[in-house]
Amino acid sequence: MALTTVQLDDLRTHALAQMTPGRSGLAMRIVVGYATCGIAAGAKAVIESLRKELAVLGIDDVAVEETGCIGMCQYEPLVEVFAPDQPKITYVQMNAEKTARMVHSHVANGKVVAEYTIGAATGEAAQGEVLPLDSTAFYKKQQRVALRNCGVIDPERIEQYIARDGYQALKKALTELQPADVIQILKDSGLRGRGGGGFPTGLKWSFTAANAADQKYVVCNADEGDPGAFMDRSVLEGDPHAVVEAMTICGYATGASEGYVYVRAEYPIAVKHLETAIEQATALGLLGDDIFGSGFGFRLHIRLGAGAFVCGEETALMTSIEGKRGEPRPRPPYPAVKGLFGKPTTENNVETFANIPQIILHGARNFAATGTEKSKGTKVFALGGKITNTGLVEIPMGTTLREIIEDIGGGIPGGKKFKAAQTGGPSGGCIPESMIDTPIDYDNLTAIGSMMGSGGLIVMDEDNCMVDIARFFLDFTVDESCGKCSPCRIGTKRMMEILDKITAGKAVMEDLDKLEELAYHIKENSLCGLGQSAPNPVLATLRAFRDEYVAHVRDKRCPAGVCKALLNYYVIADKCRGCTACARACPVGAIRGKVKEVHDIDTDKCIKCGACMATCRFGAIEKR
Amino acid sequence: MLKKVSKLPFQGTECQAQAFADVIAQYKSDPSQLMTVMQKAQQIYGYLPFEVQAMIADGMDVPLEKVYGVSTFYAQFALSPAGKHSISVCLGTACYVKGAQAILDRITELLGIGPGECTEDGLFSLDACRCIGACGLAPVMMIGEKVYGNLVPEQVEGILAAYRDQ
Amino acid sequence: MAEKNIHLKINGMEVEAPAGSTILEAARIIGIEIPTLCYLKEINEIGACRICMVEVKGARGLVTACVFPVAEGMEVFTNTEKVRKSRKGTLELILSTHDKNCLSCVRSGNCELQKLCKEFGVDDPDYYAGENIRYAFDDSAAHMVRDNNKCILCRRCVAACDSQCISVIGANARGFDTHISSPFDKDLADVSCISCGQCIVNCPTGAIVEKDESAAVFAAINDPKKFVVVHTAPSIRVTLGEAFGMKIGTNVQGKMVAALRRLGFDKVFDTDFGADLTIMEEAHEFLERVKNGGTLPMITSCSPGWVKYCEHYYPDLIAHLSSCKSPQQMQGAVIKTWYAKKLGIDPKHIFVVGIMPCTAKKFENKRDDQSASGLPDVDISLTTRELARMIESAGIYFRDLPDEAYDNPLGDATGAAVIFGATGGVMEAALRTAVETLTGEQLASPDFTEVRGTAGIKEATYHVAGMDVKVAVASGTKNARVLMDKIRAGEADYHFIEIMGCPGGCVNGGGQPIQHAVVRNFHDLRSMRAATLYEADKNLPLRKSHESPAIKMIYEEFLGEPGSHLAHEVLHTSYAARPKYR
Repeated sequence: MALTTVQLDDLRTHALAQMTPGRSGLAMRIVVGYATCGIAAGAKAVIESLRKELAVLGIDDVAVEETGCIGMCQYEPLVEVFAPDQPKITYVQMNAEKTARMVHSHVANGKVVAEYTIGAATGEAAQGEVLPLDSTAFYKKQQRVALRNCGVIDPERIEQYIARDGYQALKKALTELQPADVIQILKDSGLRGRGGGGFPTGLKWSFTAANAADQKYVVCNADEGDPGAFMDRSVLEGDPHAVVEAMTICGYATGASEGYVYVRAEYPIAVKHLETAIEQATALGLLGDDIFGSGFGFRLHIRLGAGAFVCGEETALMTSIEGKRGEPRPRPPYPAVKGLFGKPTTENNVETFANIPQIILHGARNFAATGTEKSKGTKVFALGGKITNTGLVEIPMGTTLREIIEDIGGGIPGGKKFKAAQTGGPSGGCIPESMIDTPIDYDNLTAIGSMMGSGGLIVMDEDNCMVDIARFFLDFTVDESCGKCSPCRIGTKRMMEILDKITAGKAVMEDLDKLEELAYHIKENSLCGLGQSAPNPVLATLRAFRDEYVAHVRDKRCPAGVCKALLNYYVIADKCRGCTACARACPVGAIRGKVKEVHDIDTDKCIKCGACMATCRFGAIEKR
Repeated sequence: MLKKVSKLPFQGTECQAQAFADVIAQYKSDPSQLMTVMQKAQQIYGYLPFEVQAMIADGMDVPLEKVYGVSTFYAQFALSPAGKHSISVCLGTACYVKGAQAILDRITELLGIGPGECTEDGLFSLDACRCIGACGLAPVMMIGEKVYGNLVPEQVEGILAAYRDQ
Repeated sequence: MAEKNIHLKINGMEVEAPAGSTILEAARIIGIEIPTLCYLKEINEIGACRICMVEVKGARGLVTACVFPVAEGMEVFTNTEKVRKSRKGTLELILSTHDKNCLSCVRSGNCELQKLCKEFGVDDPDYYAGENIRYAFDDSAAHMVRDNNKCILCRRCVAACDSQCISVIGANARGFDTHISSPFDKDLADVSCISCGQCIVNCPTGAIVEKDESAAVFAAINDPKKFVVVHTAPSIRVTLGEAFGMKIGTNVQGKMVAALRRLGFDKVFDTDFGADLTIMEEAHEFLERVKNGGTLPMITSCSPGWVKYCEHYYPDLIAHLSSCKSPQQMQGAVIKTWYAKKLGIDPKHIFVVGIMPCTAKKFENKRDDQSASGLPDVDISLTTRELARMIESAGIYFRDLPDEAYDNPLGDATGAAVIFGATGGVMEAALRTAVETLTGEQLASPDFTEVRGTAGIKEATYHVAGMDVKVAVASGTKNARVLMDKIRAGEADYHFIEIMGCPGGCVNGGGQPIQHAVVRNFHDLRSMRAATLYEADKNLPLRKSHESPAIKMIYEEFLGEPGSHLAHEVLHTSYAARPKYR
């Protein structure tokens, strides 16, 4: 039975009451972060403990719910407690025992266990004090638009999405706006594609809308292949209806009646939640024929990727949906003219879609109030690497890298020195310390030789070798090149061989020139975005860290101490006590020295296994 | 990476054949569902040997070469059976930066197999995978469905031993 | 509905091109050839080789001329420093994976990669030298050799195979490991390859070549004990000249015969005799089937690629195939039986060589049930290309040779046989004989133009002696598939079908001289070559197989009647279902 607009509003009122402690007989609502990272960290045991202890205590007016990613990965498992007229309490790094204690203290007796809460974990709260999550440094500078429901609602319950104004944007579009109005709002909002390219979304939609055809398609790119980026996974896991709603709006605006979501098969929870969302939306008539009696109908299908990074490229993705090898096609013709199954197609990524209901609902101006001149709104980043707070952050465009790393990310652990941040994954580049105050937006990142990409942000410290990092990314693209066009197929492999030579200490200075020449050749001549951007990590590090390359090539030295072939192990004379432990551990007898005398490593014999270093109790062995 | 094609003789059961026939019946009218069929066939048979791919080609009425081309393009499709316990070490950026290579190296050292290979006793197979999205726990590996996070190489031996004893 | 033309500038020159043209096509209008490696019009427009890159004013980077459509006011530059550097760089990369054993490569001098390397001054073939995968040779098939070490992954072979609806080769694995192979990297002999050779004529390098058997022919010629007889298929006379730089469609019959004599063949015959004989038997078989309620439609069996296709893909419809051997095999069978007896030579001393437009003929002559004398009807089947190389290596000035005539009696033939080389030709020849046999009257005109032309499928209905004879002609197995599916579904009401394995028939066979893609993309080789055959037919005094004196003679002296017991023993064969994979 199809929902009417009035019924949608009634459902919203009812569901909101159901979610609000103090109303509808609910005393408390406890939410457990149950996305991939939460589960990996042990959320299952936590939720079982919660249920068990509540049963033991005979408490039945407390709801226990699963939710998507709350965003602070290293503090998982997370448990949040909502009670009437109280700020929510966020418990972190929970386990079964801690949960039991929390239930007995907080739920049964109203006494918050302060030492388990976020403020205690980050050290921002004084002893015994409870700091609300949104007052932590990690949260303060964030602004959640795309992630607004992640960690808030149970993604497998459509009524909770509806309670938070879900499907109101669709209602507005179908009942109050013409397709052209929808596109105009998007154009005015300044929303740009969040998948990497940053193409204006409204403009993209208008191209498809302008092409008459018997069939058009909407495609959602959820083939998040960038290693180190997982915002799309989070949105699909935590707020799948936002994508369903946005795609339906896109169908209405562009004249498409069918949509496909192409999801990585590596994201089983995201797939499951999306399937549930489609079923629920279909059951309520929010998908299907004649939505809200408007005459407009829309159907959604899911297709699973099978492990090919190149399928994140829009034409390759469509080829893959068609059931073929996911090889990109030359453009033009662009997808807006000849896309999926040869029909006009609009493709956006998950995060882009997740922004759209909010834009339609609250207007272009509201959205555009955040951000920089040419990059509006917020951007989700997956913060990882050598940084204290890892996780998902959503920040206004224009926030500086320093704010992200030092304030939100809590700086580099272990007192190490910041070296560079990598954005844009294998297509992006490294941002050195000198650029750390650059406000982040599409154009600034491109100008400094990196790119927004899908939003992976990996922090590197002094222990990371930039040549090794470049090699890591190139290894990825060599592996993921589809093999169709010659520059990418052969060129990336040849670049890789040069980098291998460099990290093995076998390169000459001319190799650096050849590396650079080849990098530009591949950029200019490759068929698709993968090849055109594959050399970026090399070019960016060559630009900012050329001295490191030169050290490898000319001095046969890896300054960060990463490249094995260039390392040698040495005894630090001052620290050596002559205990002979290292000499005994050495499998090749490369360490000489008498008892109670300083030892010495024969670097010619040494096979660099590191056994001596692991054995030494005095920290007297170093590699450099 | 070139995929290894299993030399073991293929053995399918009646039960698998029935499940496969159901899949074909559901999807054969839509050639764009080739990958879906291959994914489901892999769920049924564990991998996609010649015999299974030939059945897919016949069932979907596409040339076998098209099936094989797809099976060798996508990392997910296996041409040889996985071990009883399949180990995937995440080599996503966050994990790599935090030392995932050393974890992989240690496993290789302990099991004597590289990524894409299976131990002779069929107990373990090893793969390097790209970002499983648990970056907060980097470096991570998965054995079957279980995720191990914040790993150091010294832990590996103990973890594997537990599976050996099972 | 013609859209209006687009105006653009190429290298500063004004160009007017039809809307929808690519930059490549527009440049051609003003006589500029933009180099390509992967592009094949309509069947391989994949933009993969990146050789055709050009600069377009205002575009972000270089663009792919082969697929990029022209636009009003566009300014294109095809030879800037940037473009030339790009092409050279890509060639250097391709060369780094290419087996550069050019000295004796059969494509040396005719290799598209080699040509471009010369044109763009690739002076250091090892500039980007690096690791390579060493691929094993695949010489398992009777007709060709595949050497992936010379493959540049342009995928033209895959496109050719796909456009034949065969798809036994394709791109497998990915990235640097991508390579062309059969499923599970099986040998070509173990998959359902039909040996049509369309991959060979479309390969830009020496990665796919016919299996060269010319050494065995030279050896036979040089063996004084062997009586070496050669016969040339109908289409060879209009294609061989191309291998010596002559205009497409030049008729070189006389020079070809002269060259074969100079190569040392003892007798030079015309397979056209075998073609006339085929018509006699096939027309008889057809009329018998109509009279006796045999399996209809009857389908021709001259094209061994097509026959193999039927055996692999439509084994249930084998009964529709005519039991007649092909002209090559009939010719060989007659040489080793009737002719051997006539000359008084033991057939085991006779060595028969067929010069064929076709690689599948190398498969055909090794088939079972193709040995009327107890010995193979044809010992070696050479392609047009192998013959050209033999002539070259024997130091014969082909272009300067005088015209000479075939030997008799097996060099005697009619116009009906000449047109066997073009799609529809067998049908037309058969109709000329069948209609006159049925009606007992002389045809007013021997021309059946409805079945001529390069359309993939042609249909016609003729009212003959009180019955409507419905015929169809298909060339290329993709089109054959359409007809076969109709038959299988019981929806075909044809009486007689001609099928040729290659698109356009033998003139476009897989054994014909190689024309580079730049030629193929802008010229219709099929119709240019076929036109010369129809011209030759028109100019011959005898244009119906049954009027041939040589044919009359062989029936009188040897076979008796068409379809006689002896004719069956010598001139007919059998077929067997083949599995798709082994």
